[in-house]
Amino acid sequence: MKISLVEYDAGNLPSVERALALQGVQTERAATPDSIAAARVLILPGVGHFGQLMRTLGARGLLAPIRQAICGGVPLLGICLGLQALFASSAEAPQDQGLDILPGTVSALPVTAKLPHMGWNQLRQVRPSALLEGIPVNAYFYFAHSYAALDAGESAIALCEHGVPFVAALERQNLFAVQFHPEKSGDAGARVLANFVAHAGAENRV
Amino acid sequence: MTLARRIIPCLDTDGERVVKGVQFFNLRDAGDPAALAARYNREGADELVVLDIAASRDHRPTFLETIRRVAVELAIPLTAGGGVATVAEGRAILRSGADKLTVNTAALVRPELLTELAAEFGSQAVVLAIDAKRVGGRWEAFVRGGRESSGRDAVDWAIEGTERGAGEILLTSMDRDGTRSGFDVPLTATIAARVTVPLIASGGADSPSDFLEVFEKGHADAALAASIFHDAVQGLRELKCFLYSEGVPVRLSG
Repeated sequence: MKISLVEYDAGNLPSVERALALQGVQTERAATPDSIAAARVLILPGVGHFGQLMRTLGARGLLAPIRQAICGGVPLLGICLGLQALFASSAEAPQDQGLDILPGTVSALPVTAKLPHMGWNQLRQVRPSALLEGIPVNAYFYFAHSYAALDAGESAIALCEHGVPFVAALERQNLFAVQFHPEKSGDAGARVLANFVAHAGAENRV
Repeated sequence: MTLARRIIPCLDTDGERVVKGVQFFNLRDAGDPAALAARYNREGADELVVLDIAASRDHRPTFLETIRRVAVELAIPLTAGGGVATVAEGRAILRSGADKLTVNTAALVRPELLTELAAEFGSQAVVLAIDAKRVGGRWEAFVRGGRESSGRDAVDWAIEGTERGAGEILLTSMDRDGTRSGFDVPLTATIAARVTVPLIASGGADSPSDFLEVFEKGHADAALAASIFHDAVQGLRELKCFLYSEGVPVRLSG
């Protein structure tokens, strides 16, 4: 099984590749509509600005293939901005549309808290999930963001809090996403990636 | 659920080696950056900072290679900087494997640089490094590796820098750096009270109680140290256990 990382000049691609390589997982970069259409497993990493990400994906013709992959059952993990991109829109760039796989909008974290929300924080798991299986309740994950989804309905599997509660991880069938950076979150993050890989591997054997 | 206070080892590098000075001068060799990075990653560091103290154009390819060598050892965030003056230089550092970059002298010379970097990479990737030294009744921001004063008030500069786009401040007390006489708590507390971004305190760390003090009285979000970790004077795990026992939220797991 090979995992395709959506490439759009995000800074964290090499660290995601390294984290997966440590687990013996092969990766390739997918930068064209065809390579995304051909992918068996996808990761949408993300660092930066919502509007810039959506415009870049749009300019490269990647929005439709990513939507089709998700709707076609391809396992996909969104990371940080890659989680936010799944929603319909974001307060960071109200004029730009998201992938609109999940309803609702991404909000700015309240200015009553120090922003960005940067550093290691804990999760409150709200229901059992494949992605967070075996993760200790007090585990810390690395966050670096100023915007977050405050609601993901039934898809939410874990919340975090910084000024307000927000969605830290979500899971819906083949769709997985985390607001934290598993590739930067030590052993706990490695376990999350391993859980995703295991799930994707099982799907691909069917 | 509490945001943990971070403990950040710092590698000051000159070429391929880690060096350490006292109050920014009298440098001596302190080891191989990749080997130190691997050790700190294993021992529970929350983040690593690598600074190119030579920061000349001749050194830059060597420094980028050092970032690459360090990054492959880490499952934690990496911040790197030293002499960054343009968006292109910032991109080279991030492409080499850093998650965040620090800017110091060039931002004081041309503050718009902070806005340009934040627009390109996001505020979460832009760390404003301030080298502050007591001059008369205030702290001044120093430039060029601590060799000269910018003439700017360090507190005013911290406020302006974050308004211009810096997402974090790395505040080094030049008076305390390398002296092992404790963090400059008044300086740290003064700036922490005036900015809305996370603040990393640096300079002067010696004992675990210094860290406790800079978190509790200095209101720092993170504390950075170099020599006490390099020389194994202070173990990271022991330090975090001490802070935990004192009620400071820290990440104890790996």
